[in-house]
Order: sequence, then structure tokens, then C-alpha cells
Amino acid sequence: MAEAPAPRSPLAGLADALAGARADGVTLTDRSARARFNLRIDPKDVEALTAAGAILGGSLPRTPNTAATTVNGKILLWLGPDEWLVTGPAEEGAQLDDTLRGRLDGRHHALTDVSAMYATLALSGPRAREVLMKGCRLDLHPRAFKPNTCVQTALAKANVILHQTDDTPSYEITVRNSFSVYLATWLLDAMAEYRQG
Amino acid sequence: MLWIDCPWCGARPESEFRYGGEAHIARPDPATTDDAGWGDYLFMRSNPKGVHAERWMHREGCRRWFNALRDTVSNDVLTIYPMGTPRPDAPGDEAEGG
Repeated sequence: MAEAPAPRSPLAGLADALAGARADGVTLTDRSARARFNLRIDPKDVEALTAAGAILGGSLPRTPNTAATTVNGKILLWLGPDEWLVTGPAEEGAQLDDTLRGRLDGRHHALTDVSAMYATLALSGPRAREVLMKGCRLDLHPRAFKPNTCVQTALAKANVILHQTDDTPSYEITVRNSFSVYLATWLLDAMAEYRQG
Repeated sequence: MLWIDCPWCGARPESEFRYGGEAHIARPDPATTDDAGWGDYLFMRSNPKGVHAERWMHREGCRRWFNALRDTVSNDVLTIYPMGTPRPDAPGDEAEGG
């Protein structure tokens, strides 16, 4: 088999714009290089959930709109009652795929490599919440939206998985490749009013 | 803006949802149903003025289907209940003539 081409971020063309976005109190970075798997397991199948949890280094979150970070450095995002997005460092993708598939073999599940389907943008800084509020209808106030909250919603009309990672606040916005340049450009524009000088 | 309580994700704006038409329409057996019965199944809907049982799907969220009772006059979503369960009584169902 021919060697797979090296992965290239769908946002590569915006690298200069992202690096040059010197807004006061908010930064936008491309974190697209990442392994991502869509994992579906029947929530009643406790053994399959336990088996997957053992590989991932932490339980798959069962509470809607939450995410969990495991001891192995995997981020597990709740997508539905029987569906999760498992993400990890890009270089661990193949190994994670093999071990998960091996461990769940013979059990009713679906494991799909969606690494190349999404781009991930990290928006961070004291102004990050204000930037998101311009395009998101959900209540992003800290009383309602805390670290490890993870929702699927629309941001500037693009479907995204929005995950708050810390109190700064920092967010990771996972969006389909085809929307990523549009969304990054929209975010850069939304950040423009906080630009220094 | 109508806010709908997704049974999984919580209150979300209507624009995140897809409307799925009237709920509880059983598919008849095509082998034993005449054309009129099949036509009823395909095209005839109750279209009430008042409480209506309907299907919704959280398209931009968890992508799960559920049923809802909605008042077609006030546009209030009265009750959310799982697919496959019978239609519950709506608050004020009788008063409005169902």
C-alpha cells in the first residue's frame, strides 16, 4: 500500500492570519492535528463501557453536555446517550484505534476514525467568552457553562462541538473541515475589536 | 424564538431542531390495506387547533428523536416524552378540547 500523505491542517492557509491576530485578551490557535474517533456503545452494555474506559484511562462521560480528560491524556466528549468523540494526540491515533478495536471485538459497538473530518480551534483568554457570545445562542455565563462543559450547537450558523477546557476561559471548537476556514475567519473578525493598537 | 427542552441536552433554541411531523401514525400492513387506507396513512393528518403530538429531532445537538406535545395556538411546548411511548395527557388538554 502506498504511504499515506502527511496530514495537513485544513486551516494551514490561515496560519499567518492566526499567528498575526494580536487581540487584547483573546487568542485563536489551530489544534487540528489530533486523533479523533467516534465511538458508539450501547449504554446498557456495562462491560463494553468498562472495557473502553480501561483503554482510554477514564470512564466515558454519561452526563449530557460534559467532557472528561483521562489519565492517558485522552479527551472524551459526550455527543449523545450512546455516542462519544474520543480525541488524543495525533501520533497515538493508530495505536488507540488498534487497542480499542481489539478490546471491543465481538461486542456491539461502532468505532470510526474521524481524525481528518474535523478541525479544532482553541479560543482562549479573558475575552474569549465575549467573542463566542457574538455567534452562539446558548448561555455561556460561568454559572451555566463551566470547564468540562461540552455542547453541540451552532456557532455563527456552523455546527460545532464547543468544549470549555478551563476557567481562563479557554474553549476548543471542533468543526467540520469544510466549515473550518469560514469559522476561523469569522472568529478572527469577531476578535478584531479587541485588537491592540 | 421557541425554546425546546431536548430530553438529553436541555433547553435549546428551536433553530437547532428538525420538525418531524405528527407522531403516533402507525404504518398499516400494505398487503391488507386498500388504496384509501394507504392514502390516509400517507397524507391525512389531524391538523388540530390546540394540542398536537409531534416528533422533533435535535439536529444540531445530540441528533436524537423525541416526541412533544405542542399547542398550535400558543406555540407552547407542553410535554416532552420518548419515542415509542403512548401520548401522555397534556396539561389543559380537556379544557381546550384536545
